[in-house]
Amino acid sequence: MHEIGIANSILDAVRTEVARHPGGKPRKVAVRIGELAAVNGDALRFAFEILTGDTDLDCLELEIEICPRRQRCTCGIEFNVIAYELQCPQCGEQRTQCISGDQLELAYLEIEEHEMEEHEPSTA
Amino acid sequence: MNRVPLEKKILSDNDRVAAELRERFSECGTLCLNLISAPGSGKTLLLETTLASLPCTDRVAVLTGDIQTDNDAARLRRFGFPVKQITTGGTCHLDARMIERHLADWRLQDIGLLFIENVGNLVCPSSYDLGEAAKIVLLSVTEGEDKPLKYPSIFFKSELLVITKCDLLPYVPFDIAAAEENARRVHPEIEIVRVSCTSGGGFQEWLAWLEQRKRTHLATRAGELV
Repeated sequence: MHEIGIANSILDAVRTEVARHPGGKPRKVAVRIGELAAVNGDALRFAFEILTGDTDLDCLELEIEICPRRQRCTCGIEFNVIAYELQCPQCGEQRTQCISGDQLELAYLEIEEHEMEEHEPSTA
Repeated sequence: MNRVPLEKKILSDNDRVAAELRERFSECGTLCLNLISAPGSGKTLLLETTLASLPCTDRVAVLTGDIQTDNDAARLRRFGFPVKQITTGGTCHLDARMIERHLADWRLQDIGLLFIENVGNLVCPSSYDLGEAAKIVLLSVTEGEDKPLKYPSIFFKSELLVITKCDLLPYVPFDIAAAEENARRVHPEIEIVRVSCTSGGGFQEWLAWLEQRKRTHLATRAGELV
């Protein structure tokens, strides 16, 4: 249920960024959610839709990239973890180090820039 | 269409306040521990038993979070240490601003050990940094031994797992070895203690962990001051 708070924080960041682009219309915000971040993508999407509905951001799309847990082994390889298997698939080392998977990050915002209306001088 | 990179944490506002708190805890020599579990796993009883075993001269304080009521603060105040209730009014977790606000009239220099008892919830509190030195997760033997696999985030982020209500092991189908193995599958380095606040079993191991953690905290701080 904390997805409402997460969605709110995303929208705060969007509004801050939009203020730097006068006249621009935000169209899509992209976030990265790690498998270990304890955030449910469906619940986040639901909260986001509730919070943006009937507001100035109701056309804003949310893109969620779910990021797997990644481990690094001393042998040099990095690998995605499937079903909690932390053992290195290359050398068999049991003790590998977690390098990502708990991220809760804003990636980018797509803004449709305001196009200045051009008024041709009247020749009539 | 203009694509603007944002590249920052979604909870950066919370993380900034948490970083400020962590710095204050470090300056004042306060070890802050964030206790997290499902409702009813025994966080309050673990704290009650802990406070009862400590001399009143120990500089311990507790912030305890719940959605409603100040029942837990009333239970914990009986031991003579400063205790404050944080009533969230519906929010399912504590955040760094709530901690900052409730610490405002306490002198951190007078607090060597600060326990934060989070709202009973195994999911949401794991996303919010409170400036703590360590998260501690509790799992009671009346829950399932597969909880670490079902709720990996909090087990991944916790330094210590306290398995509670161990006096009930003869009466419940809880495979404690499997529970520990599951926790280590998620977080191989997690430390584990088994306790029963009713029988006192394992309690000395918990107190020893606290003592050791206080020492490493102060040593880290001394290293930073050098």
